[in-house]
Amino acid sequence: MRKHRSYRAFLVHRISGVALALFLPVHLVVLGLAVEAAALDRFLVWSAQPLVKAAEAGLVVLLAIHAFGGLRLLAIELLPWSDRQKDWIGWAAAAALAVGAGFILRSFA
Amino acid sequence: MTGTLKVEIWRGAEEGHFEAFEVPTQPSQTVLDLVTYVQRKLDPSLAYRFACRVGVCGSCAMMVNGTPRWTCRTHVNKVAAEGKVRIAPLRNLPVIKDLATDMAPFFDRMQEAKGRFVPSEAAAKDVAVVPPDDPKRKEAAAGIECIGCAVCHSACDVVAWRPDYLGPAALNRAWTLVNDVRDGDRQGHLAAVAVDAGCHACHSHQSCAEHCPVGLNPSRSIAGLKQLVLWAAVRGEL
Ligand code: HEM
Ligand code: SF4
Ligand code: SF4
Ligand code: FES
Repeated sequence: MRKHRSYRAFLVHRISGVALALFLPVHLVVLGLAVEAAALDRFLVWSAQPLVKAAEAGLVVLLAIHAFGGLRLLAIELLPWSDRQKDWIGWAAAAALAVGAGFILRSFA
Repeated sequence: MTGTLKVEIWRGAEEGHFEAFEVPTQPSQTVLDLVTYVQRKLDPSLAYRFACRVGVCGSCAMMVNGTPRWTCRTHVNKVAAEGKVRIAPLRNLPVIKDLATDMAPFFDRMQEAKGRFVPSEAAAKDVAVVPPDDPKRKEAAAGIECIGCAVCHSACDVVAWRPDYLGPAALNRAWTLVNDVRDGDRQGHLAAVAVDAGCHACHSHQSCAEHCPVGLNPSRSIAGLKQLVLWAAVRGEL
């Protein structure tokens, strides 16, 4: 009953949305603390640690997945109906993948 | 093709259990045939519902191996998993007995969504001319063939999460009416679906469209309603 593309897209959207809601505040608090506690260059050293970078990359990937998925939903709900809308799931996933991979490559290069 | 099939059927009401029956297989056998065999030959106390047997009346829907289906048009060989079929009453509706659900909540949603045609004075005076290629006429036509089987209602997780949700069938019905140029209360129809449990509660899962046996697309109708409601709200009409 839930084994179809649109439902899976919904699950991904909800999980990424909830994960964002959980991790974004943590991210901002940690960032705030780091900036407060240290001078800027020490912060930059801190933020160059692999773990911090990985966490940031995770957030960006989540945001990309959620944002493109959200745009897809908005398109379904606000644009005239298209029978091609199921393909948009693929396009949204591809765009999220591209942005996510781009960010990871850049931050670890 | 001879042999038998293990058929597990829900017995009881909300509380109950699956009872196993052995049913002889036949060519072109439908899930409804299985249930009817059990009721006629093995246990006459089995309660279930059907009428037309040809996919018109919408009364025979049940859960078949976990998926809501119209049983009279579902061939056993399409759904039997490992020589077994498990048949249960439709999800998201109260169970009266065995495979018979109480359809009242489903049809109540149609009323709440104001799924009734309201004759306009002009339409009452003269025959309305509606060209077949009129865009609104096309939208209404795309959603009009609902057989009221509640398969979509049963497939929809939003109905499961919040039972007050109007649901795909009722919203689809409302969509056909707001596209009916003869209808005299478009504003009323829109107001009825603009409520908290109305069209905006839908998360576009599209399980309704995925499962509708006659191929309707309630998701599309609901997306249409969301737009109309949005613009009506922006214009301050709601
Ligand atoms: C960046 C642009 C964003 C867009 C375009 C967007 C879009 C959307 C849309 C259209 C929905 C409705 C989904 C539905 O009807 O099921 C939604 C749900 C949601 N969003 Fe976002 N969103 C964005 C950013 C965020 C952020 C930053 C967060 C975290 C704080 C977030 C958290 C959520 C949550 C928790 C839900 C509920 C999920 C659900 O109902 O299944 N969103 N988003
Ligand atoms: S598209 Fe809306 S009505 Fe259809 S199954 Fe999904 S949530 Fe339910
Ligand atoms: S929209 Fe389709 S699944 Fe839903 S009640 Fe009508 S015919 Fe059945
Ligand atoms: S018995 Fe009428 S639709 Fe199945």
